[in-house]
Amino acid sequence: MKSKVLSVEFLSKSFGNIEAVKNVSFSVEKGEIVGLLGPNGAGKTTTINMVLGLLEPTLGNVKIEESDLVKNRSLALAKTNFAAVYAPLPGNLTVFQNLRIFSLIYEVKNASQRIEDLIMQFELSRFRDSKCGVLSSGEQTRVCLAKAMLNQPKLLVLDEPTASLDPSTAKEIRTKIREFASTGESGVLWTSHNMYEVEDVCDRVLFLSKGKILLEGNPKTLPAEYGKPSLEELFIAVAREPVSLQGV
Amino acid sequence: MSLTRCFAIVLRQYYLIRGSFARFVQLFVWVGLDMILWGFMTKYMNTLSDSKTNFVPMLLGAVLLWDFLVRVMQGVTIAFFEDVWSRNFLNIFATPLKISEYLSGLVITSLASSCVGLVVMLILSTSIFGLSFFSYGLTLIPFIMILFMFGIALGIFATAIVLRLGPASEWFIWPVPALISPFIGVFYPLTVLPEWMRGVSKILPPSYVFEEMRRIVAGEASNNQSLVVGLILSAFYILLACWTFKKTYGYAIRSGLIARYSAESVS
Repeated sequence: MKSKVLSVEFLSKSFGNIEAVKNVSFSVEKGEIVGLLGPNGAGKTTTINMVLGLLEPTLGNVKIEESDLVKNRSLALAKTNFAAVYAPLPGNLTVFQNLRIFSLIYEVKNASQRIEDLIMQFELSRFRDSKCGVLSSGEQTRVCLAKAMLNQPKLLVLDEPTASLDPSTAKEIRTKIREFASTGESGVLWTSHNMYEVEDVCDRVLFLSKGKILLEGNPKTLPAEYGKPSLEELFIAVAREPVSLQGV
Repeated sequence: MSLTRCFAIVLRQYYLIRGSFARFVQLFVWVGLDMILWGFMTKYMNTLSDSKTNFVPMLLGAVLLWDFLVRVMQGVTIAFFEDVWSRNFLNIFATPLKISEYLSGLVITSLASSCVGLVVMLILSTSIFGLSFFSYGLTLIPFIMILFMFGIALGIFATAIVLRLGPASEWFIWPVPALISPFIGVFYPLTVLPEWMRGVSKILPPSYVFEEMRRIVAGEASNNQSLVVGLILSAFYILLACWTFKKTYGYAIRSGLIARYSAESVS
């Protein structure tokens, strides 16, 4: 049995009377890419924020490998990294400066070499000394992904990482992340609204609806299990008629 | 505490200052202008006065110390605002960085930036207007320490307010020095204040510095006891400010404020 890089147990978050996430449990194993899917407002970003320590759960706990996020926050987050379309790096610093600062925050060993490797890997050489704010959204996404890989995290959290990329670049990025997971040392938690991408990349998907995990399984076989022709149709069903899927 | 992570916060400010003429110039231009303005003012006042009072160490020295306090506070707040302005909270706070490391980084940044301002002020006030800080003797050390510590406390407290109330609340922060200045007697002895204002002065550490400075300029013996009170109060305010920031950060994590900071609301 592979060891877990992320264990989420009975996680709940309420904002006043609104329960955004209700008793959610799941895990991500080494070498695994898990898709967290669901319509807007389903609780994906709330769950991700709790996994990243940006939001304290009302109940439940999060462990990165063996490190409890509440009890040992710094150690747990040292083994994590993320990229999200809504969290660009400061636009008033260059690509190199941003990577240098985050390499210090994550205390990356041989940081200079690691930064140069990532600049090469994400084809950022010609933007190395450009301020991030002048880059296109696709280029900024590549910088964010390079930042996310800096510390070779055990858990990589990606919130719609390819949302602003053209299909060709998105494919390259998917390949890179697949390669990253295939080393067997790390796991990836991935959200996306592109079901083609999810089917291509993810080993397992979790469908969230109204703060609960409604379905879980292999994205290639799950649609057929619920009588749907494709993952996209299954997604639409989750978004529109979640109750009809609960008893299937 | 990781010094490497503290250094990351300092390095970020260094990169920003190095890459921006506006950020570089503000380190010393306003304090330099203050020295020139008040320097000529004090020279003019010296010509008006019949007595042998020298206004240079009394007023220009006071302005210099006051500007130093303000620069220390702004050194912390501006470094924090850089993260607010660039919407960097998610990137910064989803890392192993501890609050103590973040605040230490802001304090070191402030120390460096305020020292630049202090050196420029000293060069201008000494070379053009003949202000000699040696006339304050060794008491200059506690003067600087009290003002630095209180400036840091004000800065951290101000960042806690902005963290709690959102980006727009930075406009509450800029006038903070002006709000406290009447109580600490930068330009006048506390005896001219009404009783209730003197009560407030007693809990503000800089008031001990400016009172002591006037005593030395008047040729009286310095009162070390009052400087010790100033130091103790400043240390207390630093602890209080750090506690306030930590509590505010805890609230921001519980309520989701950090994750939705630009919305300035959690509902």
